[in-house]
Amino acid sequence: MEAVVQNRKLRLATTSLAGCFGCHMAFLDIDERLLDLVERVDFDRSPLTDIKQCGACDIGLIEGGICNAENIHVLQEFRRQCKVLIAIGACAVNGGLPAQRNHLSLGQCLQEVYLTWPGIVSGQIPNDPELPLPLDKVHPIHEIVRIDYFIPGCPPSGDAIWKFLTDLLDGRTPRLGHPLLHFD
Amino acid sequence: MTQQSILLDGLPVPFEEGQTIMDAAMAAEIFIPHLCHHPEFKPQGSCKLCTVKASGRYVSACTMPARDGMEVENNSPDLNDKRRTMLQMLFVEGNHFCPSCEKSGNCMLQALAYELEMLSPHFNQFYPNRPLDASHPQVLLDFNRCILCELCVRASRDVDGKHVFSLSGRGITKHLIVNAESGRLADTDFSLTDKAAHVCPVGVILEKRKGFAVPIGQRRYDVDPIGMQVERLAHRTTTEEEI
Amino acid sequence: MTDECVGAERLGELLQPIIDGHGGDPGMLVQILREAQEALGYLPAAALTAIARAVGLPRARVEGVAGFYSFLHLQPVGRYRVLFSDNITDHMLGSVELMDRLCNRLWIERGKVSEDGLVSVDTTSCTGLCDQGPALLVNGRAMTRMSAERIDRISEMIRAELPLDDWPREYFRIEDNIRRRDALLNTCWPAGEALRAALARGPEAMLAEMRTSNLRGRGGAGFTTYIKWESARRAPCRGEPPERYIVCNADEGEPGTFKDRVLLSSYTDLLFDGMSVAGFTIGATRGLLYLRGEYAYLLPALRENLARRRRDGLLGTALCGQDGVCFDIEIHVGAGAYVCGEESALLESLEGKRGVPRIRPPFPVTVGYRGQPTVVNNVETLCKAALIAVNGGAWFAGLGTKQSTGTKLLSISGDVEMPGIYDYPFGVSVAQVLNECGAGNAQAVQISGPSGTCLGMHEFSRHVAFEDVPTAGAFMVFGAHRDMFEVARNFAHFFAHESCGFCTPCRVGTSLVANCMDKIADGHGSQYDINEIFKIHRLLHVASHCGLGQSACNPLFDTLNKFRPAYERRLRSLDFEPAFDLDQALAAARQMTGRDDPAAHFGLAARVPGVTT
Ligand SMILES: Cc1cc2nc3c(=O)[nH]c(=O)nc-3n(C[C@H](O)[C@H](O)[C@H](O)COP(=O)(O)O)c2cc1C
Ligand code: SF4
Ligand code: SF4
Ligand code: SF4
Ligand code: FES
Ligand code: FES
Repeated sequence: MEAVVQNRKLRLATTSLAGCFGCHMAFLDIDERLLDLVERVDFDRSPLTDIKQCGACDIGLIEGGICNAENIHVLQEFRRQCKVLIAIGACAVNGGLPAQRNHLSLGQCLQEVYLTWPGIVSGQIPNDPELPLPLDKVHPIHEIVRIDYFIPGCPPSGDAIWKFLTDLLDGRTPRLGHPLLHFD
Repeated sequence: MTQQSILLDGLPVPFEEGQTIMDAAMAAEIFIPHLCHHPEFKPQGSCKLCTVKASGRYVSACTMPARDGMEVENNSPDLNDKRRTMLQMLFVEGNHFCPSCEKSGNCMLQALAYELEMLSPHFNQFYPNRPLDASHPQVLLDFNRCILCELCVRASRDVDGKHVFSLSGRGITKHLIVNAESGRLADTDFSLTDKAAHVCPVGVILEKRKGFAVPIGQRRYDVDPIGMQVERLAHRTTTEEEI
Repeated sequence: MTDECVGAERLGELLQPIIDGHGGDPGMLVQILREAQEALGYLPAAALTAIARAVGLPRARVEGVAGFYSFLHLQPVGRYRVLFSDNITDHMLGSVELMDRLCNRLWIERGKVSEDGLVSVDTTSCTGLCDQGPALLVNGRAMTRMSAERIDRISEMIRAELPLDDWPREYFRIEDNIRRRDALLNTCWPAGEALRAALARGPEAMLAEMRTSNLRGRGGAGFTTYIKWESARRAPCRGEPPERYIVCNADEGEPGTFKDRVLLSSYTDLLFDGMSVAGFTIGATRGLLYLRGEYAYLLPALRENLARRRRDGLLGTALCGQDGVCFDIEIHVGAGAYVCGEESALLESLEGKRGVPRIRPPFPVTVGYRGQPTVVNNVETLCKAALIAVNGGAWFAGLGTKQSTGTKLLSISGDVEMPGIYDYPFGVSVAQVLNECGAGNAQAVQISGPSGTCLGMHEFSRHVAFEDVPTAGAFMVFGAHRDMFEVARNFAHFFAHESCGFCTPCRVGTSLVANCMDKIADGHGSQYDINEIFKIHRLLHVASHCGLGQSACNPLFDTLNKFRPAYERRLRSLDFEPAFDLDQALAAARQMTGRDDPAAHFGLAARVPGVTT
């Protein structure tokens, strides 16, 4: 075996669960480096492509936490398909803003929002089978499946994402030092 | 008499009689991670972030008196691993949503997490329910972020002479309380000019209508990592803790 | 017991005598709060304010202390408050089922006060009655040998609101269960025998005997008693008035330990003699006995004994007629906190504070109770000092082994025919003890309680001694049919409940570990969780502030090493599993939306239409 990094193009999938797409926007902030990136990776399922089902991938990037049944299905699919799964952004890492509902009961929340909110007349809690059911609590993704790496930040900067991915692609253990590592 | 010294990660560091390992390190501008230590107050020894190995035993640097010739291990992978785990414990124990926290960038807990490259809280979140206290006209208490370092307790008791803050409960239910039958800060004699109003290392005791005065990205620990600010930390006074 | 809303005036009337009884001393806060609660049923906010004012403490300090102890309540509790002892030995005798039974009979949920305020049922840490369990406390009074029949009768008596004094005496009977006597339990001297012997020797000679005896502390740490006494005797007194103190640690909170209970009940004079001998030897004139709240039922007899000793000139001034030799003893009662057995936390509690272990150094022998030199010794240690005063150090050193002199009381419980107290010379093998207590098919012995060591069968040839298997006295035996995972899980919850919360690793770590064990018990465990337990163990063991946190993971570490299959057969995968049931996490939403379609489910249920949870 030669001591060189193999040159096969890697497959990368991304998705947004209970997130705000802020992290995907930040991903695009790597700007012209995106061109370097597509030299080295192919995109599988991602809002940037139109692929709906994740195939076998090397790297999966997950934005957002887990707040409903569909989030879990997608996350589990990513875990099955991706060799390396990365949590990106505050919401994926610790639940973020959506998790601030966690000290309320879900029943109360639904009641408030759909039935008793001022201005609501004859409201109804949506029960269409097409809609994913909400979980009783919002969770960071590492509470559901094993996660290999984390890129915190709300959102992380394009530079942080770039540094992380290039470390990974070049076979170095990814590290974020000051000032790329931030939680806000 | 010759100068007494400890060997801190192999480096001779002088100390005066009565100084702790932390005192000696700070004076020599060597960083030992810490949260509950503050140079103006009596050592407390509860956060355990300053855990070092002295003569082969794990001890808290902020409470352990320095002894001549003592060999102290500080910046090692083993200790930093343990410290990172304790930071993660503090993060999951409370509710820390940095993006919506006024203290972000000026927060010691967060700064230490950066310093020790804590990328995730790792453990399952406790998501405790800790209601805010917004009763006071000038100051908001957001208990969600309290790390129980007792700096406010010590400041109010030892400097302000007021005993505004105290701890109640025990174990994982331990929590901060204020000195009023109603449990509300507004019903205590707390004031914005108290030392206790300015010691919180995290975002619990917050002056109202003052948040975000300095933009995110330009705050204290955005500019330089905490490990490079030992001199400031060693000489900090509580008034300087204001955002 | 009074109504919830006592008027301010009435409150003052009830509290004043209690506060006066303690001279308004803020150092007596824990005692004042205990008594106030006895008078009021619980500690309402207004009472804390009144007490704070009366003793001159900030209110928040008083609330902080009241909030620390399990037996002090800031919210109303039932007029009958039933607490089942939650030690694993009680579980093994059926306590969990009995508690469910009582809850069902009374139509209440565990941990909640019934709507009429009549009763509440919950658990409490080991009550030290493992040899006659299942045990419980009703309004602080200990009851033993619970059975379905007794529980049914209790539920009737509660519903009939029968006063406790009219309950069958039999239910409150507590046996000594002494099964083997040796040097300690064979003594039956008259009160004052040991004190007179020490007075005759003089302090220097007494100290020399202690040195010769090589007596080591029986409370757990095994520190040489002579060194403690000598250091405290030499340490300068710092306060006003200058004073030294002898503190007897009768907190006996380690689950599975109950030997001090027997010494306190049936060897009272030996103990008080031992305290007096210690006082005389180090130059202390005051002794304090810190009695765990669970043993409050012993209080009347102990107080009576003290009064008799005072009458007989064995306490007070001019002990045994010797001018200038003074010593007296007072009793403080704890309020439900295992950590207060740790000597510096105990001193904090004695001073009326939260039971948080102090920073050491300095050690109590130089800076102890109220800042003065203080010797803290275990009940059994002090009883042994009394033996040494009479029989001499050389006699004592001739018993046991070279490094572990004398005998040791073992509190034996669990799967044995004859649970109770055994007095053995140090060095006895575990196998011999097992044989003599009638442990037919033991697979494991937990020695020295949860913070001690779990020995498997292959280790039964080891010896009880400081140099081999040290112990504070607990000896819990588990038969081959017991599930060692459940044993460890019980201990994990004990530590999480008892952590004082002072330091980060123990405060959070003990809860994380308890959650981890529940996760495995619920069938959501994986290899990941096992690794987590090891990781937290490595941290707590070295970074915790006191012995509680340092040993909190010991039982998990031991059982993981010696009974790993008990864990493994519960694991769901080798990789990682979430801690909660995914399908169950949708239950609330299903209920709110009325949906039950396949997409409203996870797992198997998702594929079988019409299956509800
Ligand atoms: C968490 C914890 C609980 C303890 N509980 C007790 C106890 O209940 N009784 C006791 O005598 N010692 C207990 N100890 C040990 C005491 O700290 C102390 O070592 C002992 O009382 C000294 O007495 P000795 O030298 O006579 O053994 C405990 C220690 C720890 C760390
Ligand atoms: S207190 Fe610090 S760590 Fe906590 S949310 Fe605020 S900035 Fe983040
Ligand atoms: S409020 Fe702040 S200063 Fe006070 S204990 Fe909590 S974290 Fe420490
Ligand atoms: S180890 Fe546990 S019991 Fe001991 S001081 Fe720390 S939190 Fe308290
Ligand atoms: S979705 Fe990116 S930070 Fe919350
Ligand atoms: S800084 Fe030393 S324990 Fe907190």
